[in-house]
Order: sequence, then structure tokens, then C-alpha cells
Amino acid sequence: MNMMVNVLRELMGLFVDDGALALAIVAIVVLAAIVAALMPDLPLAAGTVLLFGCLGALLLNVVSAGRR
Amino acid sequence: MTGGLALVWPAIAAAFLASLVEAVEALTIVLAVATVRGWRPAGLGAATGLVALAIIVVALGPLLDLVPLHLLQLVIGILLLLFGMRWLRKAILRAAGVIPLHDEATAFATETAELCDQARRHEARLDWLAALASFKAVLLEGLEVVFIVIALSAGRGMLVPASAGALAACLLVACIGFIVHRPLARVPENTLKFAVGVMLSAFGVFWTGEGFGVIWPGADLAIVAFAALFLAVSGTAVAILRRPRAEVLP
Repeated sequence: MNMMVNVLRELMGLFVDDGALALAIVAIVVLAAIVAALMPDLPLAAGTVLLFGCLGALLLNVVSAGRR
Repeated sequence: MTGGLALVWPAIAAAFLASLVEAVEALTIVLAVATVRGWRPAGLGAATGLVALAIIVVALGPLLDLVPLHLLQLVIGILLLLFGMRWLRKAILRAAGVIPLHDEATAFATETAELCDQARRHEARLDWLAALASFKAVLLEGLEVVFIVIALSAGRGMLVPASAGALAACLLVACIGFIVHRPLARVPENTLKFAVGVMLSAFGVFWTGEGFGVIWPGADLAIVAFAALFLAVSGTAVAILRRPRAEVLP
């Protein structure tokens, strides 16, 4: 049982290292999905939210991690 | 055609470089096991890990064809974003000296010391524990390789080029490891992780957007532009954060 929990934890660790960054990515994806749903005639709007949201989240996350 | 090629080469390069990093990490642990307990448990554990990986790929591979393309792109895209940006974050912090660099020689020494410690406590069970350590290293690092290969080829028929890139890297590391019998400490691991993090994040944005129905300007070539943007932002972050190099840890 312990081994299974360890393996699952390691698998989770493949995708989530810093909880704040993972949460920010999920939030940006949800926001992009909302924009895509609200503006179906302008699909590039969702892409713009996604791209610049991820870039911004990365920059903010590492800068705040570096200053901690 | 240009767009297709623009996607194939980054996919091969990303699969090759990511697999190189993972294979080096797995080799370090297998070598540590072989040093302490000999090649029998190390080889047995590694071979069992490879068989388990093959079973996972054979079992899950055909299931992917059953998933609608847009859903597959969306799920793989989000996982790539999580995976790629996690690597990129760590590579930025390491490059800036905020956290210590990963060092294979130190990781090898730590793993060897742990196995020696286990030897004192559980002599009778040690071969089993050593094989398990080797198995776990190959399985977990191999799962990352499998995920990257599947993610990079999702719905684009690039399984063969991405697999070829990954296989070439694993064979290269295995051959060098077999010849030198030492951890490959000179591989610029953080630079590789930096490059792979940039590429996987770019692929992640591209797939996720396609999953939402976004038609990217320049089609597949947009990935190159995304990679350039991720590289520029990462470089800026390193410049902002740069401080004296942190101590090297395993």
C-alpha cells in the first residue's frame, strides 16, 4: 500500500512541483476556456490569454520564488 | 509541408534531449546499485522496469486512438504545460543560482551510501532492495520519457520520429554508461532541462490552444515563435534573479 502511495506521489510529482505555479496554469487554462466559449468568433483571443497568461505566470512565479 | 517539418524537428529534438536527461538520471541509480551489489540485481531491476514500461505503452497506446482529437490535444496540452513549465521553473532557478544544481556524481554517492546503509540493516534482503531501487529508477524516469513521446506525437502522427529521438538518447546513454561505468556527470543537465522546458511549454500552449479550437497564425510554425517567447521570458527571469552560484546538491 505504501509503495502504491509512493508511486502515485512520484507520478503526481512529474507534473506538480510548485503548487502555486500548477494552480496558476490551471486558472489560465480555465480563463482561456471561458474566453473561447464567450468569443467563438474570435478564437485567437483564447490563444492570447493562454500564451501571455502562461508567460506571465512563469515570470511572476520564479521572481517571487527568487525573492523568498 | 514547411509547417509539418517545423513540428517534426522540434519534436525529435525535445524527445531526444528530455530522454537524455531522464536516461542519465536512471543510469546513475542503476550504476550505484551495480557498484554496491553487482550487475545481477541492477540488471534484473532495470530489465523488469523496461518490461513494465513496455506493458504500459502497449496497453495504453491503442486507447489513445479512441479519444477524440480535440480532447486529446487539450488534455495532453495541459499536462505538457504543467510538465514543461515545472522543468523550466526549476531550470531558471538553478541557472540563476537560487537553488543548487543537480549533480550526478553527488546523486551517485548518495544512492551508494543509502544502499550501503541498507546493507548493514537488511543484509539478507539487500539484493531484493537493490533490484527494487534499479526497477523504480528505470520505471519512473522511463514513464517521463513515455509521457513526453506520447505528448509530442499526440494526434499528429509523429510517434515514430519522437520515439526515434527518445530511443537514440536512451541507447546513447546506455552505451556510454556501459563503456565508462561511471555516472555521466559532465552532461550539462540544467541547460538540457532549460531547452526541453522551453520546447515542452511551447508545445503545451500550442496543443491546449488547438484543443480550444484556436487557429494559430502560421499554423505549426507558431510553436517556434512560442519557444522564442518562452526563451526570452526565461532569460529575463534569470537576469533578474541572478546571484552567486548556490552549492551543488544531489
